[in-house]
Amino acid sequence: MVQLLAADGTRTPHAEFDAVLDGPDGAGGLATPERLRGYYRDMVMIRAADVEATSLQRQGQLGLWASALGQEAAQIGAGHASREQDYLVPTYREHGIAWARGIEPWRLLESFRGVSHGGWDPNELRTHPYMIVLGSQAPHAVGYAMGLQRDGVVGTGQPETDTAVLALFGDGASSEGEVSEAFTFAASFQAPVVFYTQNNQWAISVPTSVQSRVPLAQRSRGWGIPSVRVDGNDVLAVLGAVRIALDSARAGKGPVFVEALTYRMAAHTTSDDASRYRPSSEEEEWAQKDPILRLRRHLEQLGEIDEAYIARCDEEAHDLAMQLHHHIHGMEDPDPVGMFTHAYAEPHPIVEVEREQYLEYMAQFENDDDIDKSAEQKGERA
Amino acid sequence: MNAATPAGSAGSPGASSIVTIPLNDPGEGLTEAEILEIKVAVGDRVEINAAVVEVETAKSAVELSTHVAGTVVAILVAVGDEVPVGTGLIQVDTAGGPVPSPAPQPAAGHRSADVQPSSPQQISAQPEADPSAEELAAQATAATAVSAEAAPEEPKNLVGYGTQAAPQRRRRRLAEPAQSDDGQQVPIGRILAKPPVRKLARDLGVALHDVLATGPEGTVTRQDVLNAQQRAYGGEVDGDYFPEESPQAPEGLGGAMKSTRDQPFSGVTSDDRTTRVPIRSVRKRTAEAMVASAFTAPHVTVFNEIDMTGAVQIVSQLRASREWTDVKISPLAVIAKALLVAIRRNPEVNASWDEANQEIVYKHYVNLGIAAATPRGLIVPNLKDAHLMTLRELAEGISELARTARAGRTSLRDTRDGTITVTNYGVFDIDSGTPILNPGESAILGVGAIKEKPWVVDGQIVPRQVATLSLSFDHRLIDGALGAELLRDVSAVLEDPSLGLVWG
Repeated sequence: MVQLLAADGTRTPHAEFDAVLDGPDGAGGLATPERLRGYYRDMVMIRAADVEATSLQRQGQLGLWASALGQEAAQIGAGHASREQDYLVPTYREHGIAWARGIEPWRLLESFRGVSHGGWDPNELRTHPYMIVLGSQAPHAVGYAMGLQRDGVVGTGQPETDTAVLALFGDGASSEGEVSEAFTFAASFQAPVVFYTQNNQWAISVPTSVQSRVPLAQRSRGWGIPSVRVDGNDVLAVLGAVRIALDSARAGKGPVFVEALTYRMAAHTTSDDASRYRPSSEEEEWAQKDPILRLRRHLEQLGEIDEAYIARCDEEAHDLAMQLHHHIHGMEDPDPVGMFTHAYAEPHPIVEVEREQYLEYMAQFENDDDIDKSAEQKGERA
Repeated sequence: MNAATPAGSAGSPGASSIVTIPLNDPGEGLTEAEILEIKVAVGDRVEINAAVVEVETAKSAVELSTHVAGTVVAILVAVGDEVPVGTGLIQVDTAGGPVPSPAPQPAAGHRSADVQPSSPQQISAQPEADPSAEELAAQATAATAVSAEAAPEEPKNLVGYGTQAAPQRRRRRLAEPAQSDDGQQVPIGRILAKPPVRKLARDLGVALHDVLATGPEGTVTRQDVLNAQQRAYGGEVDGDYFPEESPQAPEGLGGAMKSTRDQPFSGVTSDDRTTRVPIRSVRKRTAEAMVASAFTAPHVTVFNEIDMTGAVQIVSQLRASREWTDVKISPLAVIAKALLVAIRRNPEVNASWDEANQEIVYKHYVNLGIAAATPRGLIVPNLKDAHLMTLRELAEGISELARTARAGRTSLRDTRDGTITVTNYGVFDIDSGTPILNPGESAILGVGAIKEKPWVVDGQIVPRQVATLSLSFDHRLIDGALGAELLRDVSAVLEDPSLGLVWG
């Protein structure tokens, strides 16, 4: 397992990773103090948004929430490892990925509240909508990558336009048949796709040890897909591994599999109670490996962070949480008929008929809101 | 943008703005929860997202938080209450406190100046496209004279059924589809019911074939099941068997007087030589039940020592069988089955004495009580319609009842309407006893420890698995002969399980 930052924040040299992290890529590399502080702030922000979302679910404002607590480094690192033109295909617990791709947290909340089908334009942000069905997105991602090959934007030697796909899934989804099928197609066609698993140790209540007799990273090797396992709570290791993998894929060298070893600090979702199947001692053990704390210690060792910066991050994170809190109370329910709008890219006669039928069906009901509104109007006139 | 003022965003000294924090559905599709702990008291100041109540649902124990800041003015529920989703839990007065969170605008597109976005995208976490944040900031800072109209409204609940005061249901405007012409029931062959209705029936202990089906094409509806339950129980049976978190026997008397929740019991006092514990909860129920039973029903107990070797062999065979690997089978399940077979031959024992109506009520169903020693005391949940169960279902049912009881999650419903009980004091390595009837029942079978003993078989002394059974019965309605008959039949099946084929 590749680890660049030890638990106490000390950085270990690693020739291949250091070349990518500290190399000429970007403005002075991916691990400049400015960028490191940026990752720290990203992680603090996304954690605050996550905690707030859990509260909102408990307050009846979200149908469900899947917390990503503890996986911040695995997500912020991978998100920032992707290049603008890359296409990311997430699962449903990728709030840090979304943040790094420029998707505002309340867009995620819209989906979990059920007022939106996705919350963002996948083409604009080059990030697919969240996928709830486990593993279903892996073949989609490979298909997209095969499409890129046919578009001729792979292996041309132009790093600014050559494109790769980052397919994300969890340890549980890695046991789904779709992932195996995706491996097959990706390997056969040498598609420019990086499979990225955040192994957070628990597939709801099933531990990884039950799911696989070997480290997950080894699974892809039978397909001839090279793999690497990194410390998922180490933002630099993740960043380096995913950047190397994506650049290799975009250069036309075929798929790569990256396993980031991390831990889901919260329950599977707000409907789950983790204390029923795992010991709190395990959670305490992983709390010692907290990804945010680790990066902070590293920055402290470098002398590149001070109390004022930490306090400001915390304050901004609190503000973000309160914004989400107030924002969600103002969300409006969408027009139910809107669900027909995006069923197909182009007009479709059957969908049109169904839309009309649904409108007729809706017309059968009295609408309490309408009644309330007309009552209000009368009151105003009076 | 909804014109409604987001709750908790406005308030002014003196203006009374009471917000009720309801029980929202903390899972997916849950309908009720039990109050485990109330974390605030009247007069407490709470901030947004402060945990106020901990509840336990069918899925998990969760902390519920307040969506507004303010002062707690009322607590509407008590620990131990089982309340439906939508019930108000506490009330918070949002007036008078500081205006919470003006949601200040962070400078420069939400990213501080010295932080370089590490990805090529400009990251903007600021809701620029949405007016809510600005509006909020404006409202919050301008909130000086807030009138009653501007008081925080109840937020519209997304999840669950909403607050009871503000149902979000829509009414059907057109007439309901006409009822089927004759309204006749489809004859029972295959019972038609949707899975959730079947589950409801199972949960309520209602046998589907006893339910009058009124749904389309003879399907059993939810309401049918509820009606059937109403008939069966004649009243409200919801609730928890353990009304409060107060097991009466603290571990290590005089020592660590702590409950499972690490809180001292209220009312427990202790000096060097004695500890006084208020009589409550299970101990109180047990005492009342025992007194009621022992002093109204004249008890007679008969005993029989039997050779259980055959029954024990069946248990070990089943344990070794692949089909039974996931079922915990114990001699108790076999004994329960033997009792059910014996009841079938002597149905008059399965009855109760109705003093008020001066009637004996003979029951055509067996709700088989299983006495369980739990950390909180003795409780007797029963297996509904045990007479319809296979041995496997009995084994699974008994394990489930025991597990639920030990976990302290037995519902009141589980303990109601028992018809006859088995108590297995053999687990305490006791040979025999005189069990007291569960109130309202007429018989209770006691099972002693199964021990290897010398036994005479065909004139030879051989070691056999021997146990003593005892049967206590209510002599008002069961004569000695009938009681003896029942115990003899139970014994016969256990000594020669093949009789189960003949009688069962």
